[in-house]
Amino acid sequence: MDRDTGRTDPGASVSPDRADALRIQGLRKSFGPHQVLRGVDLTVAAHEVICLIGASGSGKSTLLRCVNLLERIDAGTIWLDGQEITGRGVDENAVRRHIGIVFQSFNLFPHMTVERNVTLAPMKVLGLSRAEAAAQAAELLNRFGLGEKRADYPDRLSGGQQQRVAIVRALAMRPRLMMLDEVTSALDPELVADVLDVIRELAEGGMTMLIATHEMGFARDIASRVCFLADGEIVEQAPPDRLFSEPSDERTRRFLRRIVDAGRM
Amino acid sequence: MQAQRFPEQGLPDLSARRSRLLGDGSRRGLLLSTTSTVVVLAALVAVFLLAPGSAQVRHTFFNPTDMWQALVGDPKAGYYSVGEALWLNIRMFVAAEIGILIVGLFVAIIRQSTGPVLLPLRVVATVYVDVARGVPLILIIFAIGFGAPALRLTVISDQSAAVYGVAALVISYSAYVSEVYRAGINSVHRSQVAAARSLGLSQWASMRYVILPQAIRTIIPPLLNDFISLQKDTALVGLLGAIEANKAAELYSDTVFNYSSYVVAAILFLILTIPLARFTDHLIRRDQARRLAGAPGVSGTGQ
Repeated sequence: MDRDTGRTDPGASVSPDRADALRIQGLRKSFGPHQVLRGVDLTVAAHEVICLIGASGSGKSTLLRCVNLLERIDAGTIWLDGQEITGRGVDENAVRRHIGIVFQSFNLFPHMTVERNVTLAPMKVLGLSRAEAAAQAAELLNRFGLGEKRADYPDRLSGGQQQRVAIVRALAMRPRLMMLDEVTSALDPELVADVLDVIRELAEGGMTMLIATHEMGFARDIASRVCFLADGEIVEQAPPDRLFSEPSDERTRRFLRRIVDAGRM
Repeated sequence: MQAQRFPEQGLPDLSARRSRLLGDGSRRGLLLSTTSTVVVLAALVAVFLLAPGSAQVRHTFFNPTDMWQALVGDPKAGYYSVGEALWLNIRMFVAAEIGILIVGLFVAIIRQSTGPVLLPLRVVATVYVDVARGVPLILIIFAIGFGAPALRLTVISDQSAAVYGVAALVISYSAYVSEVYRAGINSVHRSQVAAARSLGLSQWASMRYVILPQAIRTIIPPLLNDFISLQKDTALVGLLGAIEANKAAELYSDTVFNYSSYVVAAILFLILTIPLARFTDHLIRRDQARRLAGAPGVSGTGQ
């Protein structure tokens, strides 16, 4: 297989002394006749922040959903902390326990208070007592400025607040890897900054993250590495200053030019 | 759970409710609607009173003395109190309703399951729903009420007519209610399942804590609709000999040759069903108002 095309920049490869938090090899996924991922290779080291950029439909979301086993993959292998999670007989609930994912549309549970949204999985999956889970939720909510929203229902919150609650809900599972799927795309512009600040704080705290985003400025700021996806492949990956200023692939150049023309960078 | 979720929404105020009933609520509208109502009612009463057989119908169906006697009953004269018999309808209704809610949910969850291991159960559940919905309730009542005793099994064959009747009601209604549950489960957006599963919750835990609570909210009005109809259908159990309201009315008319007892039974059933119907309407309206108000979370743009 010629899957090495994804690794155009050897400088971006992972130093051998750090364990790979996530490794994806030859990942393929089709929906009917439509091939969304045509062999994706990606390695993420612990504490790395990877931003996935690319046009809508380039497969960013599908890639994240495959890693979280929300989609059944057609081919390829995924390892989490060195353990294969795509093999037969893998307990998908156990895998998901270690991977947090936050969606574009928040997907908070509308019939539960903010606190219950955050404590449900720690109680039911990790077996925390109500008091432990509540204490942890209070701490996380306070940290992200949501302390007084604890007893509110999601429909009382702004989009930005809801998305921050969704991030806290994922964090409450103490994941080893956080995946964010265009988490600011559904927000009004003035609400985006708050959410990005939260993500920035996580990055500074050393969280390993895989972020699909349209916010190029943010990706440039925060990413240790940026991957450009097109046609179901990682066309190019490099540290942000290199990828944004001197992209080597023609498709990357064309995509970035369109972004600049649209006034988004 | 309901009130808790939308603490800001109390009962709609009375004037709003009245205007919905009477039209636009203005003085002129009120006058018009009152007049037309009076005219229509007067016309109906006139037709009834002026019909050639009016006196006879009034005597046979609406005789106050007979109505009172049927209501209170007189065992020595060979007939039971329709009012007391209604108590059996109520008990059968409550017992059947509990059974239906449980069996219906069970069937719905089986039909929604995806695992290959559960395929045989899914087939059984699907066949059951098709058959139970397709066979008239009255035939199911006969089949259980006459079939179970004929088997001469211990316990199963030794029950009262009311118990067989409740069993038949549960068998018939659970099929409908399982479809209502299924519609509710399917109405919860797939992204909720993804959110629940992505947190590591098992399929069962996702159903129990995330999907079902939301599904049940949307299906309460259609469920209550089915239960209004269940209240009336308890009358069919009288066919097995259980002395419920309709059967008691029948015994009265057989004894005294006056049908006013049936009108008493009808009025008693109305007293049971109308509050439930009004309550259902209230819930549907509240749900609509909620949807019109729009949940800020859905658009994602906040308040």
